[in-house]
Amino acid sequence: MTARLTRLLAGLALGFALAVSPAQAERLIVSVSNHRVTVTPNYSGEELVLFGSVEKDATTPANRNYDLVVTVAGPRADMVTRRKERRFGIWINTDSRQFLKVPTYLALFSNRPFDAIASPEVQRRQQLGLNNVLLTQRVGPDYADVVPDDAFRSAFVRLRKQHGLYREETSAVTFLTPTLFRTSIPLPAEVPIGTYNVEIKLFADGALVAKTDTAFEIVKVGFEQFVANTARQNGLVYGLATAFMALMTGWMASIVFRKD
Amino acid sequence: MQLYLPIADIPVNVFLILAMGAAVGFVSGMFGIGGGFLMTPLLIFVGIAPAVAVASVASHIAASSFSGALSYWRRRAIDPILAAVLLSGGTIGTALGVWTFTLLRSLGQLDLMIATSYVVLLTTVGGLMFWEGLRALLRARHGGAATTKRPGSHGWIHGLPLKMRFKRSKIYLSVIPVVVIGLVIGFIGAVMGIGGGFILVPLLIYVLRVPTSTVIGTSMVLTLVTMVFATMLHAVTNHLVDAVLALILMVGGVTGAQFGARAGQKIRGEHLRLLLGLLVLAVGIRFAVELVIRPEDLFTVRETGVTG
Repeated sequence: MTARLTRLLAGLALGFALAVSPAQAERLIVSVSNHRVTVTPNYSGEELVLFGSVEKDATTPANRNYDLVVTVAGPRADMVTRRKERRFGIWINTDSRQFLKVPTYLALFSNRPFDAIASPEVQRRQQLGLNNVLLTQRVGPDYADVVPDDAFRSAFVRLRKQHGLYREETSAVTFLTPTLFRTSIPLPAEVPIGTYNVEIKLFADGALVAKTDTAFEIVKVGFEQFVANTARQNGLVYGLATAFMALMTGWMASIVFRKD
Repeated sequence: MQLYLPIADIPVNVFLILAMGAAVGFVSGMFGIGGGFLMTPLLIFVGIAPAVAVASVASHIAASSFSGALSYWRRRAIDPILAAVLLSGGTIGTALGVWTFTLLRSLGQLDLMIATSYVVLLTTVGGLMFWEGLRALLRARHGGAATTKRPGSHGWIHGLPLKMRFKRSKIYLSVIPVVVIGLVIGFIGAVMGIGGGFILVPLLIYVLRVPTSTVIGTSMVLTLVTMVFATMLHAVTNHLVDAVLALILMVGGVTGAQFGARAGQKIRGEHLRLLLGLLVLAVGIRFAVELVIRPEDLFTVRETGVTG
């Protein structure tokens, strides 16, 4: 089963390589405003800025109109989407689908609607838009993505969108000059900790002409990191400390509020 | 004031959590219940993951019940022997409960099991307590002398062997029903993730005829021990106890519990039972409504962790 998934992914990777190799006339240079977002006690979300430029060389055709698509994918995790149905007068979870190693945060930004950038075929191949991003589901013994209007897939995307964890904005990328661009990456407060991959794809005349990657990470530091690490690595000590803290708090309260 | 919780991984408003802790603490101090069945849904409502909420609430209840137990101890309102006998049954019950919990989870419908047992337990217990409280109140108003100890109330339970004297409570009865009640509470607590105080208090009052003067303090001791145990278990097995969240809840909770305990001593027993009955019934009905009414969104998404 895993072999099938690997083959599928390998096939996709090969597809990318073929698509990129023929035209290497443009080069993308990008940077994120902050490569390391630190989570401190007063952390409540952040907004990063991605900026970059399109470098041309002698072979580049003049006056080309560029389109840009930025994909930000957070750490991957397995998720399950459940559907409730009415049985015996009460609403219970009856059916569910498991999504395997899907991004916990996913943002797609572009300078204009995907339909204007490329043909549906290219959109599908390059995974442009939430409808075209590969979200692997376990379907019986198989692993596959389904059609975008599948009830479970659309519910999954809709719920993630509601939490601001999946987003798609087709006007978020702005070209400051014909070759200089920028976009902001909003990170809500409940954004998962981990490494975020940013993929930047440059399109011209409906075809992919250049592609580059960058990344940033969200990490806990100081006190937050200490607590999280202790909880994970020294469960017993952490539990004892918490229980002791509970007893001390209770005892202190009864001293403070003693009425005599 | 926003504060980022290290385990729950979300920022919360400190004052909101403090207020929630204080409110639930007041209720728990007044009735001698843990209040887990109130706190956990509140935390989930604020946006904390259910697993983290359940795990962190355990330590909050431990703090609340310890401060409450101390103040009852000073008033000599705890029966240590009764508590010890209850605990011996409670430990076995907890172990059985954890085993059942694992079994149910492997079968699938654990969430539904928990929701329906909440509804059944809370509405039955709440309804019975409310009804009893109402009757006692009416009796007191019309008949004058209303006492919980009526002649002829000694049923078959008092005919059981292995009798023992519980001095502080001034009762003389068999060890068997006490151990069984401890066992049932331990079991329910482990399966449903609650302290079980709201079931224990009425059981002690109606089945064992423990006087109201010692019932709350004694129930708090049982809650305290089981919740310290639960905190340890959650910390070791799931690593989901958020100490920062727990501390905020505790500070609010113990403050509230002190005032609650004082208020509880001032209110008459029948009124107290009537109020607790109403509260438990209301929460039970709320859970029932949630099961029966069509949910706003039929779909839910839950993270199931990362597979290798």
